[in-house]
Amino acid sequence: MTDQSELDRLEAEFTTAIGDALDEATLEDVRIAALGKKGRVSELMKGLGKMTPEERKEMGPKLNGLKDRLNEALAARKSALKEAALEARLATEKVDVTLPVRDSALEQGRIHPLSQVYDEVIAIFADMGFAVEQGPDIETDRYNFTALNFPEGHPAREMHDTFYFEPGEDGSRLLLRTHTSPVQARTMEAGKPPFRFVAPGRTYRCDSDQTHTPQFHQIEGLVIDEETHMGHLKWTLEEFLRAFFEVEGVELRFRPSFFPFTEPSMEVDVRCARLGNEIRIGEGDDWLEILGCGMVHPNVLKNCGVDPEKYQGFAFGMGIDRIAMLKYGIPDLRAFFESDLRWLRHYGFAALDVPTLAGGLSS
Amino acid sequence: MKFTLSWLKDHLETDATLDEIVEKLTMLGLEVEGVEDPAQRLAPFAVAKVLEAGPHPDADKLQVLKVRVLIEGEEKDLQVVCGAPNARAGMSGIFAPPGATIPVNGMVLKPTKIRGVESNGMMCSERELELSDEHEGIVDLEGDWAVGTPAAEVLGANDPVIEIAITPNRPDCLGVRGVARDLAAAGLGQLIIDDIPEIDGKFESETKIWLDFPAGAEDACPVFAGRMVKGVTNGPSPEWLQKRLKAIGLRPINALVDITNYISYDRGRPLHVYDASKLNGDIGARLAKPGEKLLALDEKEYELTPEICVIADSARVLGLAGVMGGEESGSTEETTDVFIESAYFDPIRTARTGRDTGIVSDARYRFERGVDPAFVREGLTLATQMVMQLCGGSPSGEVIAGAEPVTEKVISFDPARVKRLTGLDLKREESIRILTALGFDVTEGERLSVKVPSWRPDVEGEADLVEEVVRVHGLNEVKSVALPRRHEVAQPVLTTSQKRERLARRVLAARGLVETVNWSFIPGPHADLFGGGAATPGLKLANPISSDMSDMRPSLLPGLIAVAGRNTDRGFGDLALFEVGQQFESEEPSGQVLAASGIRRGTARPDARGRHWQGKAGSVEAFDAKADAAALLASLGAPVDNLQISADAPVWYHPGRSGVFRLGPKNVLGYFGEIHPRVLGEMDIAGPLVGFEIFPDAIPAPKKKATRARPPLDLPDLQPVRRDFAFVVASDVPADKLIRAAKGADKKLIAGVSLFDLFEGGSLGDDRKSLAIEVTLQPVEKTLTDEELDEVSKKIVAAVEKATGGTLRG
Repeated sequence: MTDQSELDRLEAEFTTAIGDALDEATLEDVRIAALGKKGRVSELMKGLGKMTPEERKEMGPKLNGLKDRLNEALAARKSALKEAALEARLATEKVDVTLPVRDSALEQGRIHPLSQVYDEVIAIFADMGFAVEQGPDIETDRYNFTALNFPEGHPAREMHDTFYFEPGEDGSRLLLRTHTSPVQARTMEAGKPPFRFVAPGRTYRCDSDQTHTPQFHQIEGLVIDEETHMGHLKWTLEEFLRAFFEVEGVELRFRPSFFPFTEPSMEVDVRCARLGNEIRIGEGDDWLEILGCGMVHPNVLKNCGVDPEKYQGFAFGMGIDRIAMLKYGIPDLRAFFESDLRWLRHYGFAALDVPTLAGGLSS
Repeated sequence: MKFTLSWLKDHLETDATLDEIVEKLTMLGLEVEGVEDPAQRLAPFAVAKVLEAGPHPDADKLQVLKVRVLIEGEEKDLQVVCGAPNARAGMSGIFAPPGATIPVNGMVLKPTKIRGVESNGMMCSERELELSDEHEGIVDLEGDWAVGTPAAEVLGANDPVIEIAITPNRPDCLGVRGVARDLAAAGLGQLIIDDIPEIDGKFESETKIWLDFPAGAEDACPVFAGRMVKGVTNGPSPEWLQKRLKAIGLRPINALVDITNYISYDRGRPLHVYDASKLNGDIGARLAKPGEKLLALDEKEYELTPEICVIADSARVLGLAGVMGGEESGSTEETTDVFIESAYFDPIRTARTGRDTGIVSDARYRFERGVDPAFVREGLTLATQMVMQLCGGSPSGEVIAGAEPVTEKVISFDPARVKRLTGLDLKREESIRILTALGFDVTEGERLSVKVPSWRPDVEGEADLVEEVVRVHGLNEVKSVALPRRHEVAQPVLTTSQKRERLARRVLAARGLVETVNWSFIPGPHADLFGGGAATPGLKLANPISSDMSDMRPSLLPGLIAVAGRNTDRGFGDLALFEVGQQFESEEPSGQVLAASGIRRGTARPDARGRHWQGKAGSVEAFDAKADAAALLASLGAPVDNLQISADAPVWYHPGRSGVFRLGPKNVLGYFGEIHPRVLGEMDIAGPLVGFEIFPDAIPAPKKKATRARPPLDLPDLQPVRRDFAFVVASDVPADKLIRAAKGADKKLIAGVSLFDLFEGGSLGDDRKSLAIEVTLQPVEKTLTDEELDEVSKKIVAAVEKATGGTLRG
């Protein structure tokens, strides 16, 4: 039998030792000295077997209580030491968080404003049910002119400064399309009415000065069915321009004009304000010519195998480069094709800046 | 086309203001390009009277004037220093007050001191007011003008000049009368009735007219009318005529020439006047003979071809029909007998002559658009009349050959077309009124019978009549009507190719490349380097805008490389650029191929570029281009696992550091690699420069799926086991071969093979290399035993050794 004071002394001794241990190794030594196989508490526990049942009944709970309290103290100390060690390590681990990281690829890449505007335009017209049709850049005289009701030798042909290729053996010359309208003819010829599509693409005229480049971009629109009339044309253009320029409303002015492939033909002005070099669409009291349009000429329908007595509709065409310049305040058309990195970074768009009607065309 | 307001009012009786007329012209499709109102420019200037004129104390050539002027409604006497020799007391002149802008030089007047004497304003010369070149003295007004009368009124410079753009379909508006007719129809006044009386010939013209064309070419000149006027006195034309011509930018020459120019603008009817004494025998129209030449009025000599229609007498060519007269037969101040020509020339042939000779003239402009064929004889009468009025003389009877090519065009017109085509609900009577006012002859019936006037060659069918009606009624009366939606929620519209094109841009931009849009045409030598140019003569432009833009591009790379060169020269040499667009293999539509191509130069690597504290990026290499190309192919839906990669890229790539992506032996999906140093040398740009070209349309179209549901996901419960192997193989064994062999060793168990080490040289020597792979084994039913692992390892080693001739590295 060990008396209570002995046990108390033992407990005090080990509790002090646990508290004094400054690292995990020392603490482990204390544990072994107390609770190891030959530890002093363990030795006392071994003595329980030799005791009488009465003694055992008294000493058992006392020794077990001691063991439990020491174990608890050991665990608490161990945890405290671990925490202190981590703190000490953290105190030495320090970086200069102001050091710059590498630019991400996403920040460096750019989408050309033409492609961005192209996506914007398609988003709007797709919602209005227009498909997207394409055609070749190298065209025949028939698709670029004749089918579109440009008679041979007509002065309207001369207004298109056309790039030609060398004549073939039969004397016919291929050319670079001067407008996207050949896609009208090709698509109508290949399909059956009704038609509702836009045709964006590259176009070419041998003209180069401050405001003209030999290559530019147009988008053509065509709607052919049995009842589409000029009122629909007006609505389509109003809705498109309102959505594209992201304004509350636009006011359009239609002026009679002439294109061989439409009758009546019109040029469209949009109300705008000019503030220095900036042009604001949808306000002000000035007009800006923005596109050409009209009702498809019966000869064009006939030339493309569509019955003009039964079908009618409208066509329009505008410069993608031009509306991009207007919307994003880009002053010089020629810069679009000069590919100056500084220009591309400034006027370009981020890769993930995808225009949607739900999220707004531009962010 | 230019005219003055007073000129317009010769044909149009109207109370409309200038602004109303200008607005209406534009809304009729006669777009006003400019209005120059001299009255506006002269607004600050008014009549002043010189009360006193005395010498300047310090300058011999200056005088000090006291002038009475009207300023803000009050008469004042001001002191003005003046250098004009004709300044004198009692005269009236034009005064410019301080604050006025002098038209000739844009100077704004200020009160000042001239040689110590105060001067408040200026007395003006005609040149200062841009009225003439007269600068000898100040304006010296005749007659009694009240002080303060506006200068524009006194000087008769109150006739605004209007310039309109005429579309090619409206030759009738190349004469002032045609413009007036449109305005009258639109309700802006009355067209003044035209009365051209017949002329009594006093004698028979000894000069006769012939037409001589081979069969089939008669339409070059179907009618030629003329008249002799004898005993004319040519000289400067009267002031009113000179003023009108000057106002529209024509230089008055002499009365006879001025008359033809005037009628050309007044009626859109070009004419020519010959000096009859310079004609040899009869006059006529024919095709030029080979070798014939003409010294034209522009003092240039033209060699004529048998395509050109000429006016000739029995001895020589007198002029290019419908384009320009000859220098030698024209009228001069000495001319006394004239022969006036009025003819009709074929628009197409005239246009061709104009193009071939490069002559731009008022006559050509009108004939090639189509003059009124029914106005040939009336035009002649009008001209004869004016010659007699301004130059005197005695007219012959008319001589004529051929007949006016007037074909009656009658259109059966349903006025309901107006509503069907425009949505505009217009009364039948309004349509009839408009057409009638424009000169159409309308006969009532169930459908209208509409006869087209001879001056409207552009009107051919009902749609043209609808245009006339809405144009004059007002296009802006048409109301917007919503286009019916085809689907309440919009359906997707893009094709696979269109979607790939868009996606390619976004993927490449997301990888840090900057999109460019370059010219479709490139210099010939650049095209040569990329498989085009001389190899594809059909893709060379016949009329390039410059030699740098002569050939359709066979690849997007030369454009991108040139851009890299320009940016490098500006100091931006670390570049990652791309373009998605068309390139050309042949002139056929199928030869136009969509490409998504890019380049990287300098240190512009996919993950890092330039110097950085965490480490330098190093130079771009072929694998950077491969990474771009592979990422793009994967994004566009190419079956990446089945692609074959070989080292046979086209000649513009480095032969040892480039590759081709194929799907099957013939289908090339793209190229990548270092650009050939010789190509960079030819294009004068320093490397390192790598590039890739991907052809999105070569990727097989995705299969149409019956359902959007993904296949079920089958996740094995057992952990995968990984084993490493290193093989020594010959240097020229492609790594891909080794990987494929390992993968194929046990298709059931092997889930993946990745190559994690390449070692060359050292103890292996020059002709061998070591490739180390990690093989992932995925047990499906039960954990693999050691024996099973050994067995599969042996299979892998055997498969690799068999395929590559290599050995497991000990």
